[in-house]
Amino acid sequence: MVRFTHWVTAISSVLLLWSGIEILISHPRLYWGEYGNVNTPALFQIPIPASRASVPTGYGYVLPDQNGWARSLHFQCAWALVVVALLYVAYGFVAGHFARHLWPRPADLRWRSLSRSVRAHLRLKPEVDDADYNVLQRTAYSAVVFVLFPLTIWTGVAMSPAVVSAFPALVTVLGGQQSARTLHFFTAFALVLFLVVHVAMVALTGFWSRTRAMITGGAKGGAA
Amino acid sequence: MNRRKLIKGGLAAAGGFAGLAVAGRLADKYGLLPPDSCGPYGPGHALTYATHRLITRHSMAREFRSDEISEKPFANPTEFRSTEFERMRQGGFADWRLTVDGLVERPSSFSLAELRSWPSRSQITLLACEEGWSYVAQWTGVPLTAVLERVGVRPDAKFVVYSSMQADWQDAIDMADARHPQTCLSHGFNGDDLPVEFGGPLRMRVPRQLGYKSVKFVNRLRLTASPKDVPLTDYSWYAGI
Repeated sequence: MVRFTHWVTAISSVLLLWSGIEILISHPRLYWGEYGNVNTPALFQIPIPASRASVPTGYGYVLPDQNGWARSLHFQCAWALVVVALLYVAYGFVAGHFARHLWPRPADLRWRSLSRSVRAHLRLKPEVDDADYNVLQRTAYSAVVFVLFPLTIWTGVAMSPAVVSAFPALVTVLGGQQSARTLHFFTAFALVLFLVVHVAMVALTGFWSRTRAMITGGAKGGAA
Repeated sequence: MNRRKLIKGGLAAAGGFAGLAVAGRLADKYGLLPPDSCGPYGPGHALTYATHRLITRHSMAREFRSDEISEKPFANPTEFRSTEFERMRQGGFADWRLTVDGLVERPSSFSLAELRSWPSRSQITLLACEEGWSYVAQWTGVPLTAVLERVGVRPDAKFVVYSSMQADWQDAIDMADARHPQTCLSHGFNGDDLPVEFGGPLRMRVPRQLGYKSVKFVNRLRLTASPKDVPLTDYSWYAGI
C-alpha cells in the first residue's frame, strides 16, 4: 500500500509540477488579497517570460499558450493524488504505519540525537537503517504528509469559485483568492525543495537499490 | 510477488474497474457526467463536475461589499473586428437583439431595450480568469431564468448554448447553472452600461465558474438536450475548477 501510493503520488507530483509551471507562466505575477491583475500592484513578479501577451515581462517574446491541456492534466493528477492520499492516510493510521515508522520518536527529538543526525547528513553520511527511517527522514516525511500536501490541496481548492461558493471560509481565512494562489505557489515550491533533497538522498545512499526496493518491496533497503 | 498477491491484486483491479463502470453508469443516469467526460482528461473532468454538482447545487457565489470593487479592473483585449458590430455600436446598440431558440415553447428575440426594462439583479462578484488574474466588479443584468421563463423551456432541455457575436465564440452551461439565480445576462457594469471592452452590450455572467464561461457580446441562446451540441475546446467545459 505504501509503495503503490508512493508511486502514484510521485508520478502525479511530477505531472502537477509540469502542468503547474505551464499554468503559472500564463500570468507569472502573484498578488495578495481578493483580486489582482496587471493594473494593480503585484506582491512580486517571477522574472520569466509569459505565455500571454497581456503580461508585461520585459521579454520581447510570448511563449506558446499551453493552458488548456495543462489545466485539465493538473486537476486530473490532483484527483489521483487526493484519492491515493486518502487511501494512504487511512492505511497509515489503521495499520500503524505512521505510529511505527513516520512520527519522529520523542527520544530522537532531543537535542543531542538531533544534532548528531544533522551533522551526519551534512557530512553526506546519513545514518542508514534499512528497516527504519532516521529522525530527519521522519520529520521531513511527516511535514510533507501532514503539512505541505494538505496545505497545497487546501490552497488549490480555495481558488475554485464553485467550491468556495459552498464553503467560503476556505478562501476568506487565507485572505482572498489571490492570497490562496500565492500560498499555493509557495507550498508547491516547498514540495519541490523536498523532492530535490529526497531524490538527492536516495542517490547518495544507492539510487538503484533503493528505487528497486521501493518498487518491489525487496528485503534489502526500503528506507530512503 | 507471489501467486497469492498476484490473485489479490488482480481481483482488486477487476473490482476497481467494475466499480468504475458502475459509478460511470450511475453518474450518467443522474446527470453527473459532463459533455467532455471522454478523452484522456475525461476522468478528471467527470470527477470535478460530479463532485461540484453534488456539493454546490444551491450554493451562491461570494458577493462583495461595494468598497471591495476593484478600482482598476482588467479586460482581456478582444481581437474582435466586425463592421456589423461597429455599425451597431455607433447606433448605441439600438438594434442589438438576443435570439432564443432550440428546445423552447416560444422561440423569441428580445431587443436590448426590452432586456433593460425587465427586473434586473445587481451583484458584486469576482471574475477570475483561468490565466490567474482577477477583479471584483458590480454586474447588473437579467437573470437567465427570467429569459427562460418567458420562452418556456421544454422539459428535455439539458444545456443552454450561448453564442457571441464574435465569430466562432460560444459556450454552454447545464440547466443547474442556467437556473442559478446569479447567472445573468449582464448589461450593466459598476453602475454604467456595460462597456464594449468588458463584453458590452450583453455578457453572460456565470460567477461560480472561471471567466471564460462569461462570454462577451452574447446575441443568441439555444437550448438543447444533446451533449453533442455543446461546443468543446481545449479548455475544460466545466470551469468551477
